[in-house]
Amino acid sequence: MIEIETLSVERDHAPVLHDLSLALPAGGLTALIGPNGAGKSSLLLTLAGLIAPRAGRVRLDGEDIHAMRPQARALRLAFLGQEQAQVSRLTVREMVGFGRWPHHRGRPGPADRAAVAGALALFGLGELAERPVSSLSGGQRQRTQIAMAHAQATPLVLLDEPLSALDPRYAREVMEALVAMAHDPAAPRGVVVVLHDLGMAARYADHVVAMKHGRLVAAGPRREVMRDAVLSALFDTGLKLREVEGAQVVLPA
Amino acid sequence: MRLSLVLIFVLLVGASLGIGVADLSSVDVDAGLLLAISRWPRTAAALLAGAGLALAGVVVQLTVQNRLVEPGLTGTPEAAMIGLLGITLFAPGAPILIKMAVAALAALAGTLGFLALARHVPRRDPVLLPLVGLVYGGILGAAALWGAWITDLMQYLGTWTAGEFSGVLRGRYELLWLVAGLGVLLWRAADRITILGLGEAQARSLGLDYRQTLVLGLGIVSLTVAVVVVTVGALPFVGLVVPNIVSRLRGDNLRANLGPIALSGGAAVLAADMVGRLVRFPYEIPAGTVFAVAGAGVFLWLLHAPRREGRAHG
Repeated sequence: MIEIETLSVERDHAPVLHDLSLALPAGGLTALIGPNGAGKSSLLLTLAGLIAPRAGRVRLDGEDIHAMRPQARALRLAFLGQEQAQVSRLTVREMVGFGRWPHHRGRPGPADRAAVAGALALFGLGELAERPVSSLSGGQRQRTQIAMAHAQATPLVLLDEPLSALDPRYAREVMEALVAMAHDPAAPRGVVVVLHDLGMAARYADHVVAMKHGRLVAAGPRREVMRDAVLSALFDTGLKLREVEGAQVVLPA
Repeated sequence: MRLSLVLIFVLLVGASLGIGVADLSSVDVDAGLLLAISRWPRTAAALLAGAGLALAGVVVQLTVQNRLVEPGLTGTPEAAMIGLLGITLFAPGAPILIKMAVAALAALAGTLGFLALARHVPRRDPVLLPLVGLVYGGILGAAALWGAWITDLMQYLGTWTAGEFSGVLRGRYELLWLVAGLGVLLWRAADRITILGLGEAQARSLGLDYRQTLVLGLGIVSLTVAVVVVTVGALPFVGLVVPNIVSRLRGDNLRANLGPIALSGGAAVLAADMVGRLVRFPYEIPAGTVFAVAGAGVFLWLLHAPRREGRAHG
């Protein structure tokens, strides 16, 4: 359970979140949606403890995220930012292995190796394990990153636009990987993800949080938030959700 | 690959000990003495300086997440020279260790200045950052030149800027062994510095103390550069060329690459020094000059190469 209480955040001296209060469920896949500049990434970075709020609090299972030591926080939540400045030449196995770093701090044991092997298998990376990340396709790189977050074995995983710049096929691969992680029978965890693609949110999310201008517009189970009226008001343009061959799609109204 | 590298390394060291104006097999020469006071110190100095600068290069590249940057492109040696000028001016009699410490602190300040600058450089094009570093280093270098000119210390500045090993004798290079100690420190911090290379957000979300690791890494870089500048003079491109070639062949895991980078860095600088000794035998060309010529070529190749690798998404 993540409790966000009267949270206000500034970035570069400009307010980006205003007095936001919200409770996020501990499990399942939660999508953060909203127009550009809504404050989705800022909220995610604040949840990750990477930026400090100007006012208010974020509590994870009752504990203030910003009061935790970085090392302790890394055992509670994993964060995956937008694309890195430089593509790493670590192998897939090495990269996923660094997800275990908060657990072993430099001395990996059998449990760490097992967690890495499990993450590689879950995301279909077994055959790519010894390849450098720089030689992979965009979708494979994202899956590697997600496997790394999975290996970190935290109850909460936060992802900032993991689908940006991905082809439809890769985007689908990544979303299915996230669903697999959220509903992994061995260790289900809460996955909070910023999404631009409303269709993806409509298809895969369990819960949806809609934001605009740094304020909360709606939050709840997918069916409650992903409605024509809410989406149209959120994006200031007519939108409608329709089911086409069993899948939710967003169309201009 | 590892065995062949070690073999090349041993051959280079053997050749370096054998090359010089005096003929070791001549009866007029005390070969043992010559080796002990000149040839071995010169060889060791080249190896240590090369190893240190190559390691400093990879640390800088991981820290700023840009493969085209090296200590010579972050204002580090120029800042060290400003520090050296200052201490030479205000405390000319200070022991060499103090001078070096001042140079290292100045180098660290200069490097952190570059880092502050780098935060405002757009990351889209990786070529931009080294160019900014070139300009920044140029400004610091000009300040050092001006300072040396008005204080009549131009001769000192000359020895710091042009890296060469002809003046290395027993008793005048031993400070470079500090590089070996820094190598050990780097070994201990290798994983943390590899994590720095994943970017600040990723590093911090893995529970890394980001600032502390950053200062540790750049502290090692600054100290290495300061020691090299004080003892043999700045050697450009070593930190750029060597880590890039090793990373292409062996990836980005610093702990696994530490040995190969140090060995190849030492071998590359030693080879450059030997070329400098042989081209106009018995006269010499500074190793730094030889390396700059070869390094500029490799740098151009590296500028061209990333286009093929696919920077963002493949």
